[in-house]
Amino acid sequence: MLAALIGREIRLALRHGADSVAAVLFFLVVSVLSPLAISPSPAVLARLAGGIVWVAALLASLLPLERLFGADYDDGSLDQLLLSGLSPLAVAAGKTAAHWLLTGLPLLVAAGPIAIMLRLDPGRVAVLLEGLLPGTLTLSLIGAAGAALVLGARRGAMLLPLLVLPLATPVLIFGTAAVAQDHPRAELLLLAALLAAALPLCPLAAGAGLKAAAGS
Amino acid sequence: MLQAEALAAIRGERLVLRDVSFTLRPGEALAVRGPNGAGKSTLLRLLAGLMRPAAGRLLWGGKDALDDPPLHARRLAYLGHQDAVKAGLTGAENLRFAARVSGGSVAQALALMELSALADLPVRLYSAGQKRRLALARVALSKAPLWLLDEPSNGLDAAAAASLGRLIEAQRERGGMVIAASHLPLALERAGELVLG
Repeated sequence: MLAALIGREIRLALRHGADSVAAVLFFLVVSVLSPLAISPSPAVLARLAGGIVWVAALLASLLPLERLFGADYDDGSLDQLLLSGLSPLAVAAGKTAAHWLLTGLPLLVAAGPIAIMLRLDPGRVAVLLEGLLPGTLTLSLIGAAGAALVLGARRGAMLLPLLVLPLATPVLIFGTAAVAQDHPRAELLLLAALLAAALPLCPLAAGAGLKAAAGS
Repeated sequence: MLQAEALAAIRGERLVLRDVSFTLRPGEALAVRGPNGAGKSTLLRLLAGLMRPAAGRLLWGGKDALDDPPLHARRLAYLGHQDAVKAGLTGAENLRFAARVSGGSVAQALALMELSALADLPVRLYSAGQKRRLALARVALSKAPLWLLDEPSNGLDAAAAASLGRLIEAQRERGGMVIAASHLPLALERAGELVLG
């Protein structure tokens, strides 16, 4: 049934194509604009490429969060999902998985070419992607928990980045540090540890948020 | 058998329901009446397990129904005051997830609410009444023993209201229970009545 929920999310996203493409386009535009703002010199760009890709990915993954549960909350679908026999935790986990498949995965695919365009040392592109894989998963988990917690709150859209971005700082720190290191094993393991912590905790928090939003 | 014992609900520091008690046996229906704001929707959300009662108990076959909300959810079909349909999906696609949950047939449910001709049309093109019929078709999919209907006849024309009546009759003949909230008189035959507010 969890698979049916994820399938429903993907079908919806494909039908409303613009929503899911918007995050990737935002990522591309921010990455392409940064050299204009900083410096087009290959030496400078190569040093900053990892950071640019990470910040752009972090901001892009925030974009679809407000509608992740918001759309279902507004039209009553959230009640139907919570009454489908799935636990709130499972609903939250399914929606989180869909968010990663529709935002995190496309970002991961786009990150490689963007990093090369920004003159990142080709040897470090693999490390960047190795960090982005657990990184984008953790960002989806934290983001979904934040989105569920602000559900039903006034000014939720404004509150959401203020709640999610501070929680995402460890991911950003270790992700960018990994790209800068010659031996990034420790940083990559720390990213995996962050993912391991977020994996059970975030759906739990998101599930509680969904239940509270339905019961208010 | 569904039993409510002295249920109370608080919303936003206001007591909207107090001392609501009733018993519903298989095959019975209950019409919940009352003016706007009397707490009809709140009562249905409470019975669905979406909200926790501030006081009182809800019993299913003598046991506390809200001990295990996902289990209670499988015993019921809920029609909210919103239609919970997605504008970008077709009528049939909108029901697919619910069909997977309940194991019912989408085509049959659409036929019951006379939506077969619109099955492959995006819901964006539906009228308000047709959307309501689609939401009712989702309830018709369900084989759950308890139906909770919040203003089911909203926006329906005479023919659709008659389909709704047949749907409710069929559910009761199967031994199912129906609780419908409406501020207008609803054509429920041989139904108990609960007046709020």
